[in-house]
Amino acid sequence: MTHAVRNEVFAGLVAFVSLIGFFAARWGSGNLRHLDEWALGGRRFGTIVSWFLIGGDVYTAYTFIAVPALVYGAGALGFYAVPYAAIAYPFAFVILSRFWNVARARGYVTSADFVRERFGSRSLEMAIAATGVLASLPYIALQVVGMKAVLVHLGGAFAVSNGELALTIAFVLLAAYTFTSGLRAPAAIAFVKDTLIYATVVAAIVIIPAKLGGWGHVFDAAGAALAARAKPASILLAPDQQIAYATMAFGSSLALFVYPHSITSVLAAKSRAVVQRNMALLPIYSVMLGFLALLGYCAVAAGISTKDTSSIIPLLLDRYFPPWLSGVALAAIVIGALVPAAIMAIGSANLIANNIFRGFDSGRAHGDAHLSKLLTLSMSAFALCFVIFVPTAYAINFQLLGGIWMVQVLPAFALGLYTRAFNPAALFAGWLAAMTASTAMAVATAAGGHGISPNMTFVFFGQPVTAFIALYGLAINLAVCSVLSPVFALLRLGKGTDATTAADYA
Amino acid sequence: MLLLVPFVAYLDPAWYDRMEPRVLGFPFFYAYQLGWIALTSILIGVVLFLGRLRR
Repeated sequence: MTHAVRNEVFAGLVAFVSLIGFFAARWGSGNLRHLDEWALGGRRFGTIVSWFLIGGDVYTAYTFIAVPALVYGAGALGFYAVPYAAIAYPFAFVILSRFWNVARARGYVTSADFVRERFGSRSLEMAIAATGVLASLPYIALQVVGMKAVLVHLGGAFAVSNGELALTIAFVLLAAYTFTSGLRAPAAIAFVKDTLIYATVVAAIVIIPAKLGGWGHVFDAAGAALAARAKPASILLAPDQQIAYATMAFGSSLALFVYPHSITSVLAAKSRAVVQRNMALLPIYSVMLGFLALLGYCAVAAGISTKDTSSIIPLLLDRYFPPWLSGVALAAIVIGALVPAAIMAIGSANLIANNIFRGFDSGRAHGDAHLSKLLTLSMSAFALCFVIFVPTAYAINFQLLGGIWMVQVLPAFALGLYTRAFNPAALFAGWLAAMTASTAMAVATAAGGHGISPNMTFVFFGQPVTAFIALYGLAINLAVCSVLSPVFALLRLGKGTDATTAADYA
Repeated sequence: MLLLVPFVAYLDPAWYDRMEPRVLGFPFFYAYQLGWIALTSILIGVVLFLGRLRR
C-alpha cells in the first residue's frame, strides 16, 4: 500500500516533466532548425535559468547515487567530491568567461570549434572532439545506470525485465523531446528537477540525522562501524591517502568544466556577466552535494547493509521518509538523470556534427541543426544499449577513464585561450602521448581484476606516491608540448593560422 | 590572485585531516571543507565586485 502511494507520486512527476520537455519548444521564439537556437537555446539564458541549467547538468543523478555510495564504501576518501566541486569554480570563472567571449564573438558551439580556429589544425580539432565524445558516452550510460537503480528499487511495473522496459520508455521520451525542443527541454525540466532535489536534500539532512541521534552521533557510529569492517575504512584519511585525495580533487576539478555538456550549458548564457555570477552562485550545489555525501555515513550509522552500494540512497529514503516524500525523492533522482543525459547527448552530437563530420559533409549549411538532432537520437540509443548489453562495471570504468581523458584537452583548450606559444602539432603529440600513457596506466591498475582504479603509485626519490592518473597524464602532455614546440618551430612544421584576434577575447 | 586562495586551502589534506575541534558535531575534516565551499563562493563574489568597481 505504502509503495503504491510512493510509486504513484513517482510516476506522476516523471510524466509531468516529460510534458514540460515537449512544451519547452514553444519557450521564447526561435527557429529550432538553427543550431544556435536548438543546441544553445538561442544563447539567451539569464542568471537564474543558467544556474538551474548548469547546476542540473553538472550535478548529475549518478552523482547523487555514486557519491554517497563511495563515502559509504570507502569512508573519508569518497568525500573528495567536495573539494573537487569547490575548486572547480575559481578555475572555471577564469577560463570560461574568456571562452564565452571568444565563442560569442566567433559563433562557436563547441570547444573544438575554438581549437580549430585558434590553431588552424584539423587533427587537433578532431582530437579534442573525439576526447569529448568518448568521455560523454559512458557518462550518459551512467545516468541510465542511476535511473535503473531507482526503477529496480521501485519494483512492480517499473522493474519489469530488470527495469529495462521502463528505462527504454523513459529514454524514448527523452530522445523525442530533446529532438524537438533541444536545450530548452533540459533547461525547463531543470527547474522542476532542482526544486525537487533541494526539497529532498533539505528534508533528508533534517529528518535522517535527527532520527539517528544528531550528526555528532552519526559520525561516531559511522566511524566505529567502518573500523569494524572486514576491510576497515575510516572517517579520516590515512596519511598515504592524502596525496591521492588532493590530486583527485584537483584533477577532477580541471575536467569538470571542459566536458562537452558543461561547455554547452555555459555557452547558452546570454552574457559574460551571467557566466561569472553563476560561478559565484553554483557552489550552493556543492554544499548540497557535501551533505548528500554525508548521507553515506547516515546509511552506515543506520546499519544499512547491502552489496549493491548504489541502492543505499533509495533504501535510506524508504526507511526514514513518508511514502509520498520518498516518491518525490526517487522521481527527483530519475529526472535528475534525464537533464544531464539530454545535455550530454546534445553536446557530443554537436562535436560529431561540427568537428568530426565537417570535412566529409561540405554540402551542409553552416549552423544547420539537422545533423546534430539526428545524432542526439543515436547518442541516446547507444547509451541505452550500452547499459542493457554491457555490464555496469564497464560503464563505471569507462567513465573514470573519460575523466582522465578530459584533462588531456587542457593544454590546447585552456592554455590555448591565453597563448599560442605551443605549436599545434606539438599539442597533438602531447595529447596523443598523454592519452596513450594514462590509458595504459589505468588499464594496468585493473590488472588485479578489481576494475580500474583512478590512482597509481609511483616511487619518486625513494618515496612511494599514490596520485590521480589524470595528473600524471597532464604532466606528460605538458612535457611533450614544451619539448616539441621549439623543435617543430625550428622545422617550420604545422604552425597553422590563428583566425581569432585579441579583440575576440576581451 | 584571490582566486588562488581556495586551491591553497584545499592543497594539503594533512592540515585538515583531523577530528578536533568539532563544529556542531561535525569532525573538523568535514566542517573545514564544507566551510571552504562558502568561502570560495564569497571570494568569487568579491572578485566580481572588485572588477565592477574598477570599471
